[in-house]
Amino acid sequence: MRLTYPSSIKIVKVPCTGRVAVIHLLRALEKGADGVFVAGCMEGDCKYQLGNIRARKRVEYVRKLLATIGLEPDRVAMYNMSSGEGPRFAEISREMTEKVRMLGPNPIRIKGVEKEKAA
Amino acid sequence: MIMARPKPIEEIVREIKDLDKVLVAGCNGCVAVCEAGGLKEVEILASALRMYFARQHKKMEVGEVSLTRQCDREYLGELRDRVGDYDAVVSLACGAGVQFMTETYDKMRIFPGVDTCFIGVTDEKGVWSERCQACGSCLLATTGGICPISRCSKRLLNGPCGGSSKGKCEIDKEVACGWQLIYERLKGLGELKRFEQPTPPKDWISSREGGPRKMTKEESRL
Amino acid sequence: MSAMTPSKLEKILAAGHLAVTSECGPPRSANGALVDQKARIVGPYIDVINVTDNQTAVVRMSSLASCIRIKQLGFEPVLQMTTRDRNRIGLQSDILGAGAFGINNVLCLTGDHQRFGDHPGAANVFDLDSTQLIQTVKLMRDEGKLLSGHEMDVRPQMFIGAAENPFADPFEVRVLRLAKKVAAGAQFIQTQCIYNMEKFKLWMGQVVDHGLNEKVSILAGITPMKSVGMAKYMKSRVPGMDVPDSIIKRLQGVAKEDVAREGINIAVEQIQELKECPGIRGFHIMAIEWEEKVPEIVERAGLYPRPDVN
Repeated sequence: MRLTYPSSIKIVKVPCTGRVAVIHLLRALEKGADGVFVAGCMEGDCKYQLGNIRARKRVEYVRKLLATIGLEPDRVAMYNMSSGEGPRFAEISREMTEKVRMLGPNPIRIKGVEKEKAA
Repeated sequence: MIMARPKPIEEIVREIKDLDKVLVAGCNGCVAVCEAGGLKEVEILASALRMYFARQHKKMEVGEVSLTRQCDREYLGELRDRVGDYDAVVSLACGAGVQFMTETYDKMRIFPGVDTCFIGVTDEKGVWSERCQACGSCLLATTGGICPISRCSKRLLNGPCGGSSKGKCEIDKEVACGWQLIYERLKGLGELKRFEQPTPPKDWISSREGGPRKMTKEESRL
Repeated sequence: MSAMTPSKLEKILAAGHLAVTSECGPPRSANGALVDQKARIVGPYIDVINVTDNQTAVVRMSSLASCIRIKQLGFEPVLQMTTRDRNRIGLQSDILGAGAFGINNVLCLTGDHQRFGDHPGAANVFDLDSTQLIQTVKLMRDEGKLLSGHEMDVRPQMFIGAAENPFADPFEVRVLRLAKKVAAGAQFIQTQCIYNMEKFKLWMGQVVDHGLNEKVSILAGITPMKSVGMAKYMKSRVPGMDVPDSIIKRLQGVAKEDVAREGINIAVEQIQELKECPGIRGFHIMAIEWEEKVPEIVERAGLYPRPDVN
């Protein structure tokens, strides 16, 4: 399958979304990403049992935190898909990119080097 | 240990908004265990503050550090060379740590970054509950190891009151009735005799009521 | 049993009569005339009038001040005292004050938690609990001492009461706790409002089995239901209240304009039934903001006129 997804997305690989901490999501934004989404396995299918559930809770926490510091919560999102769903990943990537584009550039961009990022 | 919860960011912002350089100082003791003021929380708060002020187009440098403990001068001393670079410190330690930081660096403005809540335990990951109010004269031996002062909403010594219902306290259906727990425990131990004796008024002098407390262990002093 | 204090309630019980008590909730203002008005309605039909102490943790005129007004009208008050708002200094001071005004009955309570009241952010005290307050009053009366050991020349002459809720949990603790209050010095008990007759009789049976009815006078708590809404509210919202569905169904079963009368009927029937219950020494009729119905209940229950013991 040769699927295309927006070239503005930078992928950060982690062994499990359970490895994604709150600070990782915040740092991505602080360093200039316009948005971040966490792509986890389907709920109930985590190889480490609860990794993706934990990630979802952390994403929810970050979204609330963003609201309190004047950033749009929608810059951060959690998606679930199985590893066999390449087309779904491409589709979500486009969807998230579009959503973030509507929000405009990250208003706190300090250096402006990194762009959208996915893990 | 001592349990605390992070203060809302708005509250911290209100105190530091007119400053330029702030150090967020965590404590790796109790508040790290209850995920309120350890290194992780320092990083999150510092990052959030930087983003907040960037959004406001306000220059703000936010430093990060976390000490082994803030209730010992030895560890607080580690900041001696750094602290002068900042306009203020936001301490994520418990109320004791914040005050000791204030006493150690008496020229520095120190703001609390957490609300200190109680002495308690970790029920499960992410859930903490109270067990002790540091009354200064422990009576757990007579109550089957369950404290009526911290577990009964009215700190009754001859409970349970008439508001105990189905094992829960009258103030909240989520709160266990401390005296129901004590009763069951004493019954299980075959020590109900203890329950049947009226407990006389407690001497609260060793508690908060007696004024700020201090203790000395002479043989430990240098 | 012979009376040890000038308390009319004690004399009535000592003479073997069924006692009848009621209560007045003081106003949420400085309107003392309102206390008088309520006292004049119930006073002639009962033996003593309880005055609540900031009940449900809502600020009201002080119990002691209201008791003094009632006393000055010629009726006999029962000073209710909770340990929620005053420490042992304040409590003992008010007991001395009550003694100085010839108030001879005190009901020792812990008090509802302030979370339900009109000042949920208030600090509470609970320096003593109700059992310890009983011990304190007894010490003051019998030994002429304060908790500090200070000896007084004129002692407060108090007939000491306490409350008990047979419907709270754990059920098996209730009689043990009553025994504790009796051991501490309680002489009369006013119970929580009784609706679940079966459970109440079960509790009363245990009281008799423990021989507690020989040591303390149990006054059964009666509260007439004014409406179906009140019954439902008491069932679901009031801590420690046990209202069986049968009561609600009975109130629902009559025409709307007859509900209040049915509530009175139930109260009268409850008194009639409990008169036969071994160990019951009287009734405590709590007609909440419905004091004007107390005379009717007392008369219909065959408890009027009240005996003269003075």
